[in-house]
Amino acid sequence: MKESPATILLIEDEKQMRRFLRVTLESERYGVLEAETAADGLAQIATRNPAVVLLDLGLPDRDGLEVINDLREWSAVPVIVISAREQEGDKIRALDSGADDYLTKPFGSGELLARIRATLRRAMPKTPDQRDAVFVADELRIDFSKRQVSCGSREIHLTPIEYRLLTVLVRNAGRVMTHRQILKEVWGPAYVEQTHYLRVFMNQLRKKIEADSARPRFLLNEPGIGYRFKPDTEER
Amino acid sequence: METKRPDPDELLDRTVSEEQRLRQGKLKVFFGASPGVGKTYAMLQAAQKKREEGVDIVVGIAETHGRQETASLLDGLEIMPRRQFSYRGHDIPEFDIDAALARNPSVMIVDELAHTNTPGMRHKKRWQDVEELLFAGISVYTTVNVQHLESLNDVVRQITGVAVRETLPDSFLDRADEIELIDLPPEELLQRLKEGKVYIPEQAERARENFFRKGNLIALRELALRRTAEQVDEQMESYRRDAGVTEIWPAAERILVCIGTNPRSIRLIRAARRMAAVLRAEWIAVHVEAPSHIRPSERDVQTLAEHMRLAESLGAQSVTLTGRKASEEILNYARQRNVSKIIIGKPTHPRWKDKLLGSPLDEIVRGSGDIEIYVITGDSSELPERPRAKVRPAKIDRKEWYWSVGIVGLSTAVASLLFPYVHLTDLAMLYLLGIVVTSTRTGRLPALAATLLSVAAFDFFFVPPYFTFAVNDARFVVTFGVMFFVAYVISQLTLQIRAQAATSRKRERSTATLYALSRHLTRERKKDGIFEVAAKHIEEVFFSQIVFLILDERGELTEVETRRGSFPIDRKELGVARWVFDNRHAAGLGTDTLPGAKALYLPMVASSGVLGVVGVLPEDTQKGFDLEDMHLLESFVNQTAMARERVLLAKQAHEEHLRAEAQNVRSTFLSSVSHDLRTPLAVVAGAASTLREKEASLDRTARLELLQTIHEETGRLERIISNVLNLTRLESGAIAVRKEWQLLEEIIGVVLNRLSDRIEGRPLELRIPPDLPLVPFDTLLIEQVLTNLLENVLRHTPADTPVEITVIPQKADVLLEIADRGPGIPAGEEELIFKKFTRSTHTRIGAGIGLAICRVIVEAHGGRIWAENRPGGGAAFRFIIPVEGTPPPLPPEKEDP
Repeated sequence: MKESPATILLIEDEKQMRRFLRVTLESERYGVLEAETAADGLAQIATRNPAVVLLDLGLPDRDGLEVINDLREWSAVPVIVISAREQEGDKIRALDSGADDYLTKPFGSGELLARIRATLRRAMPKTPDQRDAVFVADELRIDFSKRQVSCGSREIHLTPIEYRLLTVLVRNAGRVMTHRQILKEVWGPAYVEQTHYLRVFMNQLRKKIEADSARPRFLLNEPGIGYRFKPDTEER
Repeated sequence: METKRPDPDELLDRTVSEEQRLRQGKLKVFFGASPGVGKTYAMLQAAQKKREEGVDIVVGIAETHGRQETASLLDGLEIMPRRQFSYRGHDIPEFDIDAALARNPSVMIVDELAHTNTPGMRHKKRWQDVEELLFAGISVYTTVNVQHLESLNDVVRQITGVAVRETLPDSFLDRADEIELIDLPPEELLQRLKEGKVYIPEQAERARENFFRKGNLIALRELALRRTAEQVDEQMESYRRDAGVTEIWPAAERILVCIGTNPRSIRLIRAARRMAAVLRAEWIAVHVEAPSHIRPSERDVQTLAEHMRLAESLGAQSVTLTGRKASEEILNYARQRNVSKIIIGKPTHPRWKDKLLGSPLDEIVRGSGDIEIYVITGDSSELPERPRAKVRPAKIDRKEWYWSVGIVGLSTAVASLLFPYVHLTDLAMLYLLGIVVTSTRTGRLPALAATLLSVAAFDFFFVPPYFTFAVNDARFVVTFGVMFFVAYVISQLTLQIRAQAATSRKRERSTATLYALSRHLTRERKKDGIFEVAAKHIEEVFFSQIVFLILDERGELTEVETRRGSFPIDRKELGVARWVFDNRHAAGLGTDTLPGAKALYLPMVASSGVLGVVGVLPEDTQKGFDLEDMHLLESFVNQTAMARERVLLAKQAHEEHLRAEAQNVRSTFLSSVSHDLRTPLAVVAGAASTLREKEASLDRTARLELLQTIHEETGRLERIISNVLNLTRLESGAIAVRKEWQLLEEIIGVVLNRLSDRIEGRPLELRIPPDLPLVPFDTLLIEQVLTNLLENVLRHTPADTPVEITVIPQKADVLLEIADRGPGIPAGEEELIFKKFTRSTHTRIGAGIGLAICRVIVEAHGGRIWAENRPGGGAAFRFIIPVEGTPPPLPPEKEDP
């Protein structure tokens, strides 16, 4: 990593969990701050200005969702939510409220570090031309100015919705987007409940850009939550 | 030896009645020989004593008859206000049963047990009010005089010459827990009478003169003393039995009394009751319904019903037998029931009838064998005020008369055609034929008329001199006589046969309908189906409308909705039904209790208690139900109650079974889960401790191997926990299936991605049609199913064997198959492996719930999951998810401009 090591705040009440996270992150030369409660965590965000926050949803003093809502009123610091498998609803609400990504317990260190790297990369300020640049991932190439998509030498013809769907996911590459978020961006706020639209178009899109649509390389499904565009093979 | 052993049935009966008595209130009767002996006084004294003891005692009704000393005893006692009932313009203050039940004291004073209630009250008699109080658990103090006892009624009349109308069934006095005899020597009573201490109503002036004679009083006193002694004796006997004293164990006597429509039957019944009481015997009142009794008049039927009811109220069992020969039927029945004594009335008909038709009495005596026969006088002078029931001829249709006249006319016409060719006797035969035909169609009178007419027509038209009734030859008189006699006998026989046929048809119909009901009820498995079936049958057989009332959750009686029509139940009717339910007694239309109700209500009594109430509204409310119908109806209701109980018990047993099974599953679950959780935990703990303690001595490969083990085992732990949690949540209903229109391909991709480490190196064949439609399912749950199935395959098959995943859209569902080329499933275990916590015999790996949860999830989706061995080796796991409806349409998309 060429950037100066970032500082990461852990808001987690389980001591053992904090220990695992601290050891793992410090081995990657991140600075680590720890908070046991939501109140302490929010105070540290305000005073210590961490680069990323890892927030456990099951805190003793406050509901994790409330913490995110509060936080988003005054800070844009990236938040990665940590939760148990069966809290699908909480995860979606956290993401819709402004969390940047999530991790489901139990998770490995590889997954954790990949999420942190992706989050940090997205959080980097972008220059205008960077934003409009041509996007490349493996064979897939998207030219935003020309609205052209190609895979290797083959040009891919997309319908306007398919194109919009792809660009929304690519602009948030590496990050999970909930069904609601995607539907709102592609179809508009009136369509946030029509998840089957999304599935049908996602299916079409996969058939066009994936080599094997049953085992996708780019357009990953996060069951019950949403979709994620995986930009590189390094993660996972 | 055997004689000392108590009859188990009797023991059981006693336990049951003991139990009932414990729940019920106690009855104490202050019993006297005549008015004026001081019963009310003694009762109130006892009440005062109770009150001082702190017992909650209330005066429901006490008649002081203006006697000062008695009235003063009421001081300090709580007295319930009486309720006014108006009857024929008079307001009559009466006992208020509802207020009494609502007040619910521990003891209640209710004077004059034999009192007849004012019409409009709930019961006809006060003792029925008392019975209800006792049933509700309220103890009662009451008074009664000996002359009111049903069985002594006619004895008292013989002694005093005064008919007592207010009677009390002996069985009610028998159930008294305590009888206190209030005795006063006749001299003292007469003295008190002279002093004006005994109140005597003016309207009973005659009674005063007749009743209070010394001779009468002595006789009544004797009766009262004897009756009390009997009761004491019975109590002693009962005590002996309870205390297990078996030496004195009376031989089981059983008395049978033959009764009929004759009013003398009442005497027979009372005599039988007295004898039964002395012998402590069971007794049966039997009536033989002889078919020769063609169409008994309404009056006869009613009288008989009254007699039967009287017998029942005196504690008898009433039985109706059918047969041509009464003597035979009675003896057969007596033998069958082990009857030891038969009581029968002395014949009153002329002797020649016996000579001619045979005497039933004689036949019974001759055929009785070791049964003792008691023939009791029927002295008709004893019953002056009871007119002999007139046998009113059954209503005869006018058509029957036409028939009888017409047939005679026809016979005459045919005879006149044949007259020139045949002999006179043949013509007589022709008339006989006509009479037979008439008898098959008409009643007794038209048949008799036809007989007479035939003889007359024969004489008039065919016996010389013609066209007169005069006869030349005296021999013809004999001919007429014989002809008339033969014709009469033939017609009577024909009628008898017809009646017998009709009776047996009716009986057969009853039996058949009852049988049909029970057969249908047995077949019924559903709880409320019972009512449906019963309603159908009762409606058809009794031409009535039916309502079933059962308790709802709030403890209120509510109507069971059946698909058949029923009559509306208003609050009043509901009250009657409630009474029936609480008191386990039939009430309403045609009964003694609440006869003002619109319909008849019968309790559905089964062995576990009252299950509900059946309301029966006959089409013809005027006619109501006769005794026979009532009995049959009771049988129907009993059958229904038993069937319902059976279904309820079966349901209970089933639930019990399920509970036990669940319990069993739970314990297996615990042991299985703890085993499956501990194994990976032990591995992780062991590997971690080695790494920590032996860190220096381990080489790099060994360390990596241990770390790999930890990593794999934690993964396994995670899967087990997630399965267990999901299974528990699904089964407890904590999570519901959230179906959305999903892509199967997408979810397969997720699972393959997740298990990619373990699939690597295996040939994988995916067969998913490109145009696969959306399928409604819960993505997280189906993901779990696919993960479990795939893992199951990976675990049980060699690492290099192929895995095939196939999706086949079908007409109304989608089939998904995961197949392998491994060892396959052991024969016969294809179904077993989906059961919770069973594992295939050839392996010990895995939590044994992976497939079980697959089944739970797929079935929660309305689908089906199964496994089978494939031809050519390997196993295939298949499941289908139904596709119901179509996904909402997509908005049309404009093509790229």
